[in-house]
Amino acid sequence: MEAVRTISLTKYYGKSRGIKDINLAVPEGDFFGFIGPNGAGKSTTIRTLLGLISPSSGTAEIFGQDIRGHKDKILSDIGYMPSEANFYPAMKVREVIRFSAELRGRDCSVEAARLCERLELDTGKKIGALSLGNRKKVSIVCALQHKPKLCIFDEPTSGLDPLMQREFYAILEERNAQGAAIFLSSHVLSEVQRHCRHAAVIREGEILVVDSMEHLGKTRAKRVTLRGVDAPPALEGIRDVKKGGDAVNFLYSGSPEVLLNALAALPLTDVTITEPDLEEIFMHYYREGEK
Amino acid sequence: MAVLKHELRQGRNALVIWTGIIAFMLGVCVLIYPEMKKQMSEISGMFADMGSFSAAFGMDKINFGEFIGYFGVECGNVLGLGGAFFAALLGISALAKEEKEHTAEFLLTHPVSRGKIVVQKLCSVFLQIAVLNVVVIGVAVLSAFFVGEMPEAKIFALLFLAYFVLQIEVAAICFGISAFISRGGLGIGLGIAALLYFLNIISNLTENAEFLKYITPFGYTEGADIIANGSINKGYLSVGLVLTVIGIGMAFYRYSRKDIA
Repeated sequence: MEAVRTISLTKYYGKSRGIKDINLAVPEGDFFGFIGPNGAGKSTTIRTLLGLISPSSGTAEIFGQDIRGHKDKILSDIGYMPSEANFYPAMKVREVIRFSAELRGRDCSVEAARLCERLELDTGKKIGALSLGNRKKVSIVCALQHKPKLCIFDEPTSGLDPLMQREFYAILEERNAQGAAIFLSSHVLSEVQRHCRHAAVIREGEILVVDSMEHLGKTRAKRVTLRGVDAPPALEGIRDVKKGGDAVNFLYSGSPEVLLNALAALPLTDVTITEPDLEEIFMHYYREGEK
Repeated sequence: MAVLKHELRQGRNALVIWTGIIAFMLGVCVLIYPEMKKQMSEISGMFADMGSFSAAFGMDKINFGEFIGYFGVECGNVLGLGGAFFAALLGISALAKEEKEHTAEFLLTHPVSRGKIVVQKLCSVFLQIAVLNVVVIGVAVLSAFFVGEMPEAKIFALLFLAYFVLQIEVAAICFGISAFISRGGLGIGLGIAALLYFLNIISNLTENAEFLKYITPFGYTEGADIIANGSINKGYLSVGLVLTVIGIGMAFYRYSRKDIA
Protein backbone atom coordinates (compact mmCIF):
# COMPACT_ATOMS: atom_id res chain seq x y z
CA MET A 1 0.00 0.00 0.00
CA GLU A 2 1.20 3.48 -0.80
CA ALA A 3 1.29 6.37 1.62
CA VAL A 4 0.27 8.71 -1.19
CA ARG A 5 -1.16 7.76 -4.55
CA THR A 6 -2.68 10.12 -7.07
CA ILE A 7 -4.32 9.10 -10.31
CA SER A 8 -4.67 11.77 -13.01
CA LEU A 9 -5.20 14.35 -10.30
CA THR A 10 -6.28 17.59 -11.96
CA LYS A 11 -7.30 20.97 -10.61
CA TYR A 12 -8.42 23.97 -12.58
CA TYR A 13 -9.17 27.30 -10.97
CA GLY A 14 -11.90 28.44 -13.28
CA LYS A 15 -10.06 28.25 -16.59
CA SER A 16 -6.57 28.75 -15.25
CA ARG A 17 -4.43 25.72 -14.64
CA GLY A 18 -3.62 24.45 -11.21
CA ILE A 19 -2.32 20.95 -11.81
CA LYS A 20 -2.90 18.55 -14.66
CA ASP A 21 -2.85 14.77 -14.71
CA ILE A 22 -0.64 14.31 -11.67
CA ASN A 23 0.30 10.66 -11.14
CA LEU A 24 2.36 10.01 -8.06
CA ALA A 25 3.01 6.99 -5.90
CA VAL A 26 4.86 7.43 -2.63
CA PRO A 27 5.49 4.08 -0.92
CA GLU A 28 5.06 3.76 2.83
CA GLY A 29 8.25 4.68 4.64
CA ASP A 30 9.61 6.66 1.68
CA PHE A 31 11.36 10.02 1.82
CA PHE A 32 9.92 11.78 -1.19
CA GLY A 33 10.88 15.14 -2.64
CA PHE A 34 8.60 17.26 -4.78
CA ILE A 35 10.61 19.80 -6.73
CA GLY A 36 9.51 22.67 -8.86
CA PRO A 37 9.70 26.44 -9.24
CA ASN A 38 7.21 28.75 -7.55
CA GLY A 39 3.78 28.47 -9.09
CA ALA A 40 4.44 25.05 -10.60
CA GLY A 41 1.61 23.42 -8.68
CA LYS A 42 3.39 21.93 -5.66
CA SER A 43 1.13 23.57 -3.13
CA THR A 44 -1.97 22.90 -5.20
CA THR A 45 -1.13 19.19 -5.24
CA ILE A 46 -0.50 19.14 -1.49
CA ARG A 47 -3.61 21.15 -0.66
CA THR A 48 -5.69 18.77 -2.75
CA LEU A 49 -4.26 15.79 -0.86
CA LEU A 50 -5.24 17.47 2.40
CA GLY A 51 -8.77 18.22 1.25
CA LEU A 52 -8.38 21.99 1.43
CA ILE A 53 -9.37 22.14 -2.22
CA SER A 54 -11.27 19.55 -4.18
CA PRO A 55 -9.88 18.16 -7.44
CA SER A 56 -11.56 18.98 -10.75
CA SER A 57 -10.98 15.39 -11.83
CA GLY A 58 -8.88 12.40 -10.92
CA THR A 59 -8.50 10.79 -7.53
CA ALA A 60 -6.02 10.55 -4.71
CA GLU A 61 -5.56 8.07 -1.91
CA ILE A 62 -3.71 8.29 1.36
CA PHE A 63 -2.87 4.89 2.82
CA GLY A 64 -5.35 3.39 0.39
CA GLN A 65 -8.26 5.60 1.41
CA ASP A 66 -9.88 8.03 -0.97
CA ILE A 67 -9.30 11.62 0.11
CA ARG A 68 -12.92 12.55 -0.43
CA GLY A 69 -14.55 9.89 1.68
CA HIS A 70 -12.31 9.57 4.71
CA LYS A 71 -10.98 13.02 5.37
CA ASP A 72 -11.01 12.90 9.16
CA LYS A 73 -9.36 9.52 9.32
CA ILE A 74 -6.74 10.56 6.78
CA LEU A 75 -5.95 13.85 8.47
CA SER A 76 -5.41 12.15 11.82
CA ASP A 77 -2.56 10.18 10.22
CA ILE A 78 -0.96 13.25 8.64
CA GLY A 79 1.29 15.94 9.99
CA TYR A 80 1.17 18.96 7.70
CA MET A 81 3.42 21.96 7.64
CA PRO A 82 2.16 24.70 5.29
CA SER A 83 4.57 26.96 3.44
CA GLU A 84 3.10 29.99 5.18
CA ALA A 85 3.26 29.54 8.92
CA ASN A 86 0.26 31.55 10.11
CA PHE A 87 -1.40 31.20 13.49
CA TYR A 88 -3.68 33.20 15.75
CA PRO A 89 -1.46 36.21 16.55
CA ALA A 90 -2.83 36.85 20.04
CA MET A 91 -2.16 33.30 21.21
CA LYS A 92 0.98 32.11 22.92
CA VAL A 93 3.13 29.47 21.27
CA ARG A 94 2.22 26.87 23.88
CA GLU A 95 -1.49 27.62 23.49
CA VAL A 96 -1.31 27.05 19.74
CA ILE A 97 0.56 23.79 20.19
CA ARG A 98 -1.96 22.61 22.80
CA PHE A 99 -4.87 23.71 20.61
CA SER A 100 -3.48 21.66 17.74
CA ALA A 101 -3.27 18.60 20.02
CA GLU A 102 -6.82 19.22 21.31
CA LEU A 103 -8.11 19.37 17.74
CA ARG A 104 -6.64 15.90 17.34
CA GLY A 105 -8.22 14.84 20.61
CA ARG A 106 -4.87 13.78 21.99
CA ASP A 107 -2.39 14.69 24.65
CA CYS A 108 0.95 15.21 22.94
CA SER A 109 2.58 17.31 25.63
CA VAL A 110 5.63 15.06 26.13
CA GLU A 111 6.55 14.94 22.46
CA ALA A 112 5.75 18.64 22.05
CA ALA A 113 8.11 19.57 24.88
CA ARG A 114 10.83 17.42 23.38
CA LEU A 115 10.45 19.04 19.96
CA CYS A 116 10.37 22.56 21.38
CA GLU A 117 13.58 21.91 23.22
CA ARG A 118 15.34 20.54 20.16
CA LEU A 119 14.19 23.45 18.03
CA GLU A 120 14.98 25.98 20.78
CA LEU A 121 11.46 27.35 20.66
CA ASP A 122 10.33 29.72 23.41
CA THR A 123 6.77 28.63 24.14
CA GLY A 124 5.91 31.61 26.32
CA LYS A 125 5.98 34.13 23.48
CA LYS A 126 2.99 35.41 21.58
CA ILE A 127 2.68 34.31 17.97
CA GLY A 128 2.44 37.92 16.84
CA ALA A 129 5.90 38.63 18.25
CA LEU A 130 7.62 35.78 16.40
CA SER A 131 9.84 35.96 13.34
CA LEU A 132 9.04 33.83 10.30
CA GLY A 133 11.68 31.29 11.34
CA ASN A 134 10.15 30.89 14.78
CA ARG A 135 6.66 30.59 13.39
CA LYS A 136 8.00 27.84 11.14
CA LYS A 137 9.24 26.06 14.24
CA VAL A 138 5.76 26.24 15.78
CA SER A 139 4.49 24.76 12.55
CA ILE A 140 7.01 21.92 12.75
CA VAL A 141 5.97 21.09 16.33
CA CYS A 142 2.29 21.10 15.38
CA ALA A 143 3.02 18.83 12.43
CA LEU A 144 5.09 16.31 14.38
CA GLN A 145 3.87 16.23 17.97
CA HIS A 146 1.27 13.53 17.30
CA LYS A 147 3.82 11.27 15.55
CA PRO A 148 1.99 11.03 12.22
CA LYS A 149 2.44 8.14 9.80
CA LEU A 150 2.77 10.60 6.95
CA CYS A 151 4.48 14.00 7.13
CA ILE A 152 3.65 16.48 4.40
CA PHE A 153 5.84 19.56 4.34
CA ASP A 154 5.42 22.43 1.93
CA GLU A 155 8.66 24.36 1.51
CA PRO A 156 9.65 23.61 5.10
CA THR A 157 13.09 25.19 5.32
CA SER A 158 12.50 28.66 3.92
CA GLY A 159 13.03 31.08 6.79
CA LEU A 160 14.94 28.60 8.96
CA ASP A 161 18.60 29.31 9.63
CA PRO A 162 21.11 26.65 8.48
CA LEU A 163 21.56 25.18 11.96
CA MET A 164 17.83 24.77 12.37
CA GLN A 165 17.53 23.32 8.89
CA ARG A 166 20.02 20.68 9.93
CA GLU A 167 18.15 19.93 13.15
CA PHE A 168 14.89 19.81 11.20
CA TYR A 169 16.24 17.26 8.75
CA ALA A 170 17.76 15.27 11.60
CA ILE A 171 14.30 15.01 13.16
CA LEU A 172 12.78 14.04 9.82
CA GLU A 173 15.40 11.35 9.25
CA GLU A 174 14.59 9.91 12.69
CA ARG A 175 10.88 9.88 12.00
CA ASN A 176 11.57 8.28 8.65
CA ALA A 177 13.74 5.64 10.31
CA GLN A 178 10.82 4.91 12.67
CA GLY A 179 8.66 4.20 9.65
CA ALA A 180 6.94 7.49 8.83
CA ALA A 181 6.65 8.47 5.20
CA ILE A 182 7.95 11.95 4.39
CA PHE A 183 6.64 14.00 1.49
CA LEU A 184 8.22 17.39 1.11
CA SER A 185 8.15 20.04 -1.53
CA SER A 186 11.01 22.36 -2.19
CA HIS A 187 12.59 24.55 -4.78
CA VAL A 188 15.99 24.00 -3.19
CA LEU A 189 17.39 21.13 -5.19
CA SER A 190 20.36 20.42 -2.95
CA GLU A 191 18.31 19.64 0.15
CA VAL A 192 16.09 17.29 -1.80
CA GLN A 193 19.17 15.59 -3.23
CA ARG A 194 20.67 15.18 0.20
CA HIS A 195 17.69 13.71 2.00
CA CYS A 196 15.17 12.22 -0.37
CA ARG A 197 15.13 8.73 -1.82
CA HIS A 198 12.67 9.54 -4.57
CA ALA A 199 11.65 12.76 -6.20
CA ALA A 200 9.25 14.19 -8.71
CA VAL A 201 9.84 17.31 -10.74
CA ILE A 202 6.80 19.42 -11.49
CA ARG A 203 6.59 22.31 -13.88
CA GLU A 204 3.62 24.31 -15.05
CA GLY A 205 1.26 21.93 -13.33
CA GLU A 206 2.61 18.76 -14.89
CA ILE A 207 4.96 16.10 -13.63
CA LEU A 208 8.08 15.99 -15.81
CA VAL A 209 9.85 13.10 -14.18
CA VAL A 210 9.49 10.80 -11.17
CA ASP A 211 12.48 8.71 -10.26
CA SER A 212 14.86 7.67 -7.53
CA MET A 213 17.31 10.33 -6.45
CA GLU A 214 20.11 8.12 -7.68
CA HIS A 215 18.84 8.19 -11.24
CA LEU A 216 17.94 11.82 -11.15
CA GLY A 217 21.44 12.57 -9.83
CA LYS A 218 23.04 11.03 -12.90
CA THR A 219 21.42 13.55 -15.14
CA ARG A 220 22.22 16.31 -12.75
CA ALA A 221 24.19 19.14 -14.29
CA LYS A 222 26.66 21.64 -12.86
CA ARG A 223 27.27 25.15 -14.03
CA VAL A 224 31.04 25.55 -14.53
CA THR A 225 32.81 28.88 -15.01
CA LEU A 226 36.46 28.93 -16.03
CA ARG A 227 38.78 31.92 -16.25
CA GLY A 228 42.04 31.96 -18.16
CA VAL A 229 40.83 29.88 -21.13
CA ASP A 230 38.58 30.75 -24.02
CA ALA A 231 37.03 27.34 -24.71
CA PRO A 232 35.66 24.54 -22.55
CA PRO A 233 37.60 21.26 -22.38
CA ALA A 234 36.54 18.70 -24.93
CA LEU A 235 34.37 16.45 -22.80
CA GLU A 236 31.10 14.67 -23.19
CA GLY A 237 28.13 16.21 -21.45
CA ILE A 238 28.98 19.86 -22.07
CA ARG A 239 26.33 22.17 -23.40
CA ASP A 240 24.98 25.67 -23.24
CA VAL A 241 28.46 27.18 -23.66
CA LYS A 242 28.73 30.93 -23.14
CA LYS A 243 31.92 32.90 -23.75
CA GLY A 244 32.75 36.37 -22.56
CA GLY A 245 36.12 38.13 -22.05
CA ASP A 246 38.60 35.67 -20.64
CA ALA A 247 35.85 33.49 -19.13
CA VAL A 248 33.89 30.55 -20.41
CA ASN A 249 30.79 29.19 -18.86
CA PHE A 250 28.96 25.93 -19.55
CA LEU A 251 26.64 23.26 -18.19
CA TYR A 252 28.32 19.94 -17.44
CA SER A 253 26.46 16.75 -16.73
CA GLY A 254 29.05 14.02 -16.50
CA SER A 255 31.28 12.53 -13.85
CA PRO A 256 33.01 15.13 -11.64
CA GLU A 257 36.24 13.14 -11.70
CA VAL A 258 36.56 13.38 -15.46
CA LEU A 259 35.90 17.10 -15.34
CA LEU A 260 38.49 17.75 -12.64
CA ASN A 261 41.14 15.74 -14.47
CA ALA A 262 40.51 17.74 -17.62
CA LEU A 263 40.60 21.03 -15.74
CA ALA A 264 43.89 20.13 -14.06
CA ALA A 265 45.60 20.32 -17.43
CA LEU A 266 44.32 23.84 -18.23
CA PRO A 267 46.04 27.15 -17.36
CA LEU A 268 43.16 28.40 -15.21
CA THR A 269 43.24 31.57 -13.12
CA ASP A 270 39.91 30.84 -11.47
CA VAL A 271 37.22 28.17 -11.42
CA THR A 272 33.76 27.94 -9.94
CA ILE A 273 31.48 24.94 -10.04
CA THR A 274 27.96 25.62 -8.82
CA GLU A 275 24.50 24.16 -8.93
CA PRO A 276 22.88 25.46 -12.05
CA ASP A 277 19.99 27.63 -11.14
CA LEU A 278 16.75 25.79 -10.84
CA GLU A 279 15.39 27.13 -14.08
CA GLU A 280 18.21 25.42 -15.98
CA ILE A 281 17.47 22.10 -14.36
CA PHE A 282 13.84 22.39 -15.18
CA MET A 283 14.69 23.34 -18.72
CA HIS A 284 16.78 20.20 -18.85
CA TYR A 285 13.85 18.01 -17.81
CA TYR A 286 11.50 20.10 -19.83
CA ARG A 287 13.42 19.42 -23.03
CA GLU A 288 13.62 15.74 -22.20
CA GLY A 289 9.89 15.77 -21.66
CA GLU A 290 9.37 17.25 -25.10
CA LYS A 291 11.54 14.70 -26.88
CA MET B 1 -15.47 21.09 21.55
CA ALA B 2 -11.93 22.32 21.03
CA VAL B 3 -13.04 24.75 18.33
CA LEU B 4 -15.90 26.10 20.46
CA LYS B 5 -13.59 26.70 23.41
CA HIS B 6 -11.06 28.33 21.14
CA GLU B 7 -13.68 30.58 19.53
CA LEU B 8 -15.01 31.73 22.88
CA ARG B 9 -11.51 32.53 24.07
CA GLN B 10 -10.72 34.41 20.85
CA GLY B 11 -13.91 36.45 21.11
CA ARG B 12 -13.74 37.19 24.83
CA ASN B 13 -12.39 40.73 24.67
CA ALA B 14 -14.83 41.87 22.03
CA LEU B 15 -17.69 40.30 23.95
CA VAL B 16 -16.72 42.08 27.16
CA ILE B 17 -16.43 45.42 25.41
CA TRP B 18 -19.71 45.18 23.47
CA THR B 19 -21.62 43.84 26.46
CA GLY B 20 -20.18 46.56 28.68
CA ILE B 21 -21.06 49.37 26.30
CA ILE B 22 -24.60 48.19 25.52
CA ALA B 23 -25.37 47.40 29.17
CA PHE B 24 -23.97 50.75 30.25
CA MET B 25 -25.95 52.72 27.70
CA LEU B 26 -29.17 50.87 28.43
CA GLY B 27 -28.58 51.28 32.15
CA VAL B 28 -28.03 55.01 31.75
CA CYS B 29 -31.19 55.34 29.65
CA VAL B 30 -33.19 53.69 32.41
CA LEU B 31 -31.55 55.66 35.20
CA ILE B 32 -32.32 59.03 33.62
CA TYR B 33 -36.00 58.09 33.24
CA PRO B 34 -37.18 59.87 36.45
CA GLU B 35 -35.59 63.06 35.16
CA MET B 36 -37.21 62.61 31.77
CA LYS B 37 -40.56 61.79 33.31
CA LYS B 38 -40.81 65.24 34.90
CA GLN B 39 -40.57 66.84 31.51
CA MET B 40 -42.60 64.16 29.82
CA SER B 41 -45.91 65.96 29.84
CA GLU B 42 -44.50 68.51 27.43
CA ILE B 43 -42.11 66.24 25.58
CA SER B 44 -44.53 63.41 25.08
CA GLY B 45 -46.91 65.63 23.14
CA MET B 46 -44.04 67.01 21.11
CA PHE B 47 -42.61 63.59 20.34
CA ALA B 48 -45.95 62.29 19.23
CA ASP B 49 -46.51 65.41 17.17
CA MET B 50 -43.54 65.37 14.84
CA GLY B 51 -45.48 63.71 12.05
CA SER B 52 -43.59 61.19 9.98
CA PHE B 53 -40.51 61.58 12.12
CA SER B 54 -42.46 60.24 15.10
CA ALA B 55 -43.88 57.48 12.97
CA ALA B 56 -40.42 56.48 11.76
CA PHE B 57 -39.38 55.59 15.28
CA GLY B 58 -42.78 54.31 16.33
CA MET B 59 -43.21 57.17 18.75
CA ASP B 60 -46.72 58.00 17.60
CA LYS B 61 -48.06 54.80 19.15
CA ILE B 62 -46.22 55.05 22.43
CA ASN B 63 -47.02 56.86 25.62
CA PHE B 64 -43.78 58.35 26.83
CA GLY B 65 -45.30 59.11 30.18
CA GLU B 66 -45.14 55.42 30.99
CA PHE B 67 -41.85 53.72 31.69
CA ILE B 68 -42.48 50.82 29.30
CA GLY B 69 -43.24 53.24 26.48
CA TYR B 70 -40.01 55.10 27.05
CA PHE B 71 -38.11 51.86 27.46
CA GLY B 72 -39.58 50.37 24.28
CA VAL B 73 -38.08 53.13 22.15
CA GLU B 74 -34.77 53.47 23.98
CA CYS B 75 -34.34 49.73 24.15
CA GLY B 76 -35.01 49.60 20.42
CA ASN B 77 -32.23 52.02 19.70
CA VAL B 78 -29.64 50.75 22.13
CA LEU B 79 -30.12 46.99 22.33
CA GLY B 80 -31.73 46.60 18.91
CA LEU B 81 -29.13 48.48 16.92
CA GLY B 82 -26.15 47.77 19.19
CA GLY B 83 -27.02 44.10 19.44
CA ALA B 84 -27.60 43.84 15.70
CA PHE B 85 -24.17 45.32 14.98
CA PHE B 86 -22.52 42.96 17.43
CA ALA B 87 -24.38 39.96 16.01
CA ALA B 88 -23.50 41.00 12.46
CA LEU B 89 -19.81 41.30 13.29
CA LEU B 90 -19.76 37.92 15.02
CA GLY B 91 -21.61 36.21 12.20
CA ILE B 92 -19.78 37.72 9.25
CA SER B 93 -16.32 37.03 10.66
CA ALA B 94 -16.99 33.58 12.13
CA LEU B 95 -15.95 31.55 9.10
CA ALA B 96 -14.29 34.16 6.89
CA LYS B 97 -11.74 35.27 9.46
CA GLU B 98 -9.85 31.97 9.20
CA GLU B 99 -9.13 32.66 5.56
CA LYS B 100 -8.52 36.36 6.06
CA GLU B 101 -5.97 35.68 8.80
CA HIS B 102 -4.61 32.70 6.85
CA THR B 103 -5.30 30.35 9.73
CA ALA B 104 -7.73 28.18 7.75
CA GLU B 105 -4.85 26.09 6.49
CA PHE B 106 -3.91 25.33 10.08
CA LEU B 107 -7.42 24.70 11.37
CA LEU B 108 -8.75 22.66 8.47
CA THR B 109 -5.82 20.26 8.22
CA HIS B 110 -6.68 18.81 11.60
CA PRO B 111 -9.00 15.82 11.75
CA VAL B 112 -12.13 17.85 12.44
CA SER B 113 -14.70 17.83 9.66
CA ARG B 114 -15.87 21.10 8.13
CA GLY B 115 -19.38 20.34 9.36
CA LYS B 116 -18.20 20.08 12.95
CA ILE B 117 -16.27 23.31 12.61
CA VAL B 118 -19.38 25.10 11.33
CA VAL B 119 -21.46 23.69 14.20
CA GLN B 120 -18.98 24.78 16.84
CA LYS B 121 -18.47 28.21 15.35
CA LEU B 122 -22.22 28.73 15.14
CA CYS B 123 -22.64 27.64 18.77
CA SER B 124 -19.95 30.08 19.79
CA VAL B 125 -21.72 32.93 17.97
CA PHE B 126 -25.08 32.10 19.61
CA LEU B 127 -23.51 31.61 23.03
CA GLN B 128 -21.80 34.98 22.89
CA ILE B 129 -25.06 36.64 21.89
CA ALA B 130 -26.81 34.86 24.77
CA VAL B 131 -24.20 36.04 27.26
CA LEU B 132 -24.54 39.63 26.05
CA ASN B 133 -28.31 39.48 26.40
CA VAL B 134 -28.30 37.90 29.86
CA VAL B 135 -25.97 40.60 31.16
CA VAL B 136 -27.84 43.41 29.43
CA ILE B 137 -31.21 42.15 30.70
CA GLY B 138 -29.79 41.86 34.21
CA VAL B 139 -28.50 45.42 34.11
CA ALA B 140 -31.79 46.74 32.67
CA VAL B 141 -33.92 45.00 35.31
CA LEU B 142 -31.64 46.16 38.11
CA SER B 143 -31.68 49.76 36.91
CA ALA B 144 -35.46 49.68 36.52
CA PHE B 145 -35.74 48.38 40.05
CA PHE B 146 -33.36 51.13 41.18
CA VAL B 147 -35.51 53.94 39.76
CA GLY B 148 -38.61 52.29 41.21
CA GLU B 149 -40.26 51.33 37.91
CA MET B 150 -41.53 47.79 37.54
CA PRO B 151 -43.00 47.32 34.09
CA GLU B 152 -45.31 44.45 33.29
CA ALA B 153 -43.07 41.39 33.28
CA LYS B 154 -44.64 39.85 30.19
CA ILE B 155 -44.09 42.90 28.00
CA PHE B 156 -40.59 43.37 29.35
CA ALA B 157 -39.77 39.72 28.59
CA LEU B 158 -41.32 39.92 25.10
CA LEU B 159 -39.22 42.95 24.23
CA PHE B 160 -36.02 41.20 25.28
CA LEU B 161 -37.04 37.99 23.56
CA ALA B 162 -37.71 39.88 20.33
CA TYR B 163 -34.29 41.55 20.45
CA PHE B 164 -32.60 38.25 21.20
CA VAL B 165 -34.28 36.61 18.20
CA LEU B 166 -33.35 39.61 16.07
CA GLN B 167 -29.70 39.22 16.97
CA ILE B 168 -29.81 35.49 16.27
CA GLU B 169 -31.37 36.18 12.88
CA VAL B 170 -28.86 38.87 11.90
CA ALA B 171 -26.00 36.64 13.08
CA ALA B 172 -27.33 33.65 11.13
CA ILE B 173 -27.74 35.62 7.90
CA CYS B 174 -24.23 37.04 8.22
CA PHE B 175 -22.92 33.59 9.15
CA GLY B 176 -24.31 32.24 5.90
CA ILE B 177 -22.62 35.02 3.94
CA SER B 178 -19.42 34.40 5.88
CA ALA B 179 -19.10 30.98 4.25
CA PHE B 180 -19.00 32.60 0.80
CA ILE B 181 -16.38 35.26 1.40
CA SER B 182 -12.73 34.82 2.18
CA ARG B 183 -11.73 38.38 2.92
CA GLY B 184 -12.90 40.42 5.85
CA GLY B 185 -16.59 41.14 5.58
CA LEU B 186 -16.94 43.66 8.39
CA GLY B 187 -18.28 46.26 5.99
CA ILE B 188 -20.83 43.79 4.64
CA GLY B 189 -21.91 42.83 8.16
CA LEU B 190 -22.34 46.37 9.44
CA GLY B 191 -23.99 47.34 6.17
CA ILE B 192 -26.56 44.57 6.49
CA ALA B 193 -27.37 45.49 10.09
CA ALA B 194 -27.77 49.17 9.19
CA LEU B 195 -29.78 48.37 6.07
CA LEU B 196 -32.23 46.20 8.02
CA TYR B 197 -32.64 48.97 10.58
CA PHE B 198 -33.42 51.58 7.94
CA LEU B 199 -35.80 49.26 6.11
CA ASN B 200 -37.93 49.25 9.24
CA ILE B 201 -37.81 53.05 9.46
CA ILE B 202 -38.91 53.33 5.84
CA SER B 203 -41.74 50.86 6.46
CA ASN B 204 -42.87 53.00 9.40
CA LEU B 205 -42.98 56.07 7.19
CA THR B 206 -45.28 54.88 4.48
CA GLU B 207 -47.94 52.22 4.35
CA ASN B 208 -46.82 51.31 0.84
CA ALA B 209 -43.60 49.97 2.30
CA GLU B 210 -45.14 47.96 5.07
CA PHE B 211 -44.17 44.69 3.39
CA LEU B 212 -40.60 45.56 4.33
CA LYS B 213 -41.45 44.58 7.88
CA TYR B 214 -41.51 41.00 6.70
CA ILE B 215 -37.95 41.31 5.48
CA THR B 216 -36.31 43.09 8.35
CA PRO B 217 -36.17 41.62 11.86
CA PHE B 218 -36.66 45.14 13.18
CA GLY B 219 -40.25 44.62 12.04
CA TYR B 220 -41.01 42.21 14.87
CA THR B 221 -38.94 44.05 17.47
CA GLU B 222 -40.95 47.28 17.07
CA GLY B 223 -41.49 48.23 20.72
CA ALA B 224 -44.66 50.18 19.93
CA ASP B 225 -46.37 47.11 18.43
CA ILE B 226 -45.27 44.73 21.15
CA ILE B 227 -46.53 47.07 23.87
CA ALA B 228 -49.77 47.86 22.09
CA ASN B 229 -50.59 44.25 21.14
CA GLY B 230 -48.99 42.44 24.04
CA SER B 231 -47.39 40.01 21.59
CA ILE B 232 -44.73 39.68 18.92
CA ASN B 233 -46.10 39.76 15.36
CA LYS B 234 -46.07 36.10 14.33
CA GLY B 235 -46.06 36.81 10.60
CA TYR B 236 -42.90 38.91 10.75
CA LEU B 237 -41.34 36.51 13.23
CA SER B 238 -41.93 33.43 11.08
CA VAL B 239 -40.22 35.02 8.08
CA GLY B 240 -37.33 35.89 10.38
CA LEU B 241 -37.03 32.32 11.58
CA VAL B 242 -37.08 31.04 8.01
CA LEU B 243 -34.28 33.46 7.07
CA THR B 244 -32.33 32.27 10.11
CA VAL B 245 -32.61 28.64 9.01
CA ILE B 246 -31.66 29.56 5.44
CA GLY B 247 -28.57 31.44 6.65
CA ILE B 248 -27.41 28.48 8.70
CA GLY B 249 -28.20 26.02 5.90
CA MET B 250 -26.21 28.09 3.39
CA ALA B 251 -23.23 28.12 5.73
CA PHE B 252 -23.21 24.32 6.00
CA TYR B 253 -23.80 23.80 2.30
CA ARG B 254 -21.15 26.23 1.14
CA TYR B 255 -18.45 25.68 3.72
CA SER B 256 -18.30 21.92 3.30
CA ARG B 257 -17.59 22.39 -0.42
CA LYS B 258 -15.43 25.45 -0.34
CA ASP B 259 -11.92 25.57 -1.77
CA ILE B 260 -9.70 27.13 0.84
CA ALA B 261 -7.30 29.47 -0.93
